Amino acid sequence: MTTIKVNVNGVEHSADVEPRMLLVHFLRETLRLTGTHIGCDTSHCGACTVVMDGRALKSCTAFAVQADGRSITTVEGLEQDGKLHPLQDGFFQEHGLQCGYCTPGMLMTGLAFLNENKNPTDDEIRHAISGNLCRCTGYVNIVKAYQHAAQKMREGGA
Amino acid sequence: MIPRSFEYFSPQTLDEAVALLQKLGPDAKLLSGGQSLIPMMKLRLVAPEYIIDINRISGLDYISESDGHLKIGALAREHQLESSESVQTKFPILADTAKVIADPLVRSQATVCGNLAHGDPANDHPATMLALGATVVATGPKGKREIAVADFFPSLFTTALEPEEILTEIRIPFPPPKSGGAYLKLERKVGDFATAGVAVQITLDDSGACKAAGVGLTNVGMTPIKAKQTEAFLVGKRLDEATIQQAAEMAASESEPMDDIRGSAEYKRDLVRVLTARALTRALDRAKGGA
Repeated sequence: MTTIKVNVNGVEHSADVEPRMLLVHFLRETLRLTGTHIGCDTSHCGACTVVMDGRALKSCTAFAVQADGRSITTVEGLEQDGKLHPLQDGFFQEHGLQCGYCTPGMLMTGLAFLNENKNPTDDEIRHAISGNLCRCTGYVNIVKAYQHAAQKMREGGA
Repeated sequence: MIPRSFEYFSPQTLDEAVALLQKLGPDAKLLSGGQSLIPMMKLRLVAPEYIIDINRISGLDYISESDGHLKIGALAREHQLESSESVQTKFPILADTAKVIADPLVRSQATVCGNLAHGDPANDHPATMLALGATVVATGPKGKREIAVADFFPSLFTTALEPEEILTEIRIPFPPPKSGGAYLKLERKVGDFATAGVAVQITLDDSGACKAAGVGLTNVGMTPIKAKQTEAFLVGKRLDEATIQQAAEMAASESEPMDDIRGSAEYKRDLVRVLTARALTRALDRAKGGA
């Protein structure tokens, strides 16, 4: 067992973990933050995407011990004081989801992406989400949701 | 999928990491980006007893320019390569390559050095580094040594690194004026390994003829392939349509693909021909100053 200290959504957590424990299992089972989904478990689908120190990554392809001393944002950290994050609002307004399974990952990829690219083209958005699979929407409304969020964030909505 | 148990080490310095490799022996594996290693551990294709996580060693995440070389440190991520302005303008072939590796989430973690050190003929950077005439720096108990990428892949999933060495830097010589390169890959979908990939880097002389050429092939053999006959054929020639087609056929004959889920050997060999012709054409355009 290794003791790790991780800041998740602004809260410090300390836990003893086996080195082989995957980050996604630590988030879901140790911290009970089940908003982060496990989809393919093979690093293809992106449902498990979280943001670590500003970079979006697939939490099924990282060990929890690698997060020691780092800051993580999961989908649970998006809403602030009962107010939806512009990305969440975008998915709501533009119907960016149907079954919702890919949505937490789509949102977290969007968080890291829109922080780097404030004014993206549709094409840039499509490239940015190429590691997140959605089997319902055909992606069109997800692209619109990102644009909705980007505009809101430029106007200072975040 | 849960990997087998292992003991975890996270050294703070390169010396510590090398000392751990010496102490723990061949049952230890280095973890950098982990985007190949962790999936293989989850599938239990590998089950290292010890993991040495080098991510906490500071000062290894650089992409810098000095002594006429682009230098890429052990912890530079693919995402850095892709978003570096200097790479985009001076090494479009590298930007081509980074963009088609896996997907953006994988590239935020995956390292360029790891893409070589993994020794997988399906990885994309080996072909590009072969075309660019790059070298790697291996750091071990006796210090540093340089290895040409052309000598780095002796056999399948094997590199020229000693068990106690770490690949700490890639060095790519700056191409002379009138140079251009391109990397082209056919993949079935985003994130897939190449059905075939071709990297071409050329330099023209004042008359417009080809002065130097590098050609590397991805996933069409047991190792990344340096298409030496094609390179030799190109030197001294004007790259007209007929010459490009001849070179493309030569590169196809230098490939050694196998039938698999991505296609038959015959199909892949033909793909090498098509991709080589297109990569040469694009490299030529870029050498003449186009994008």
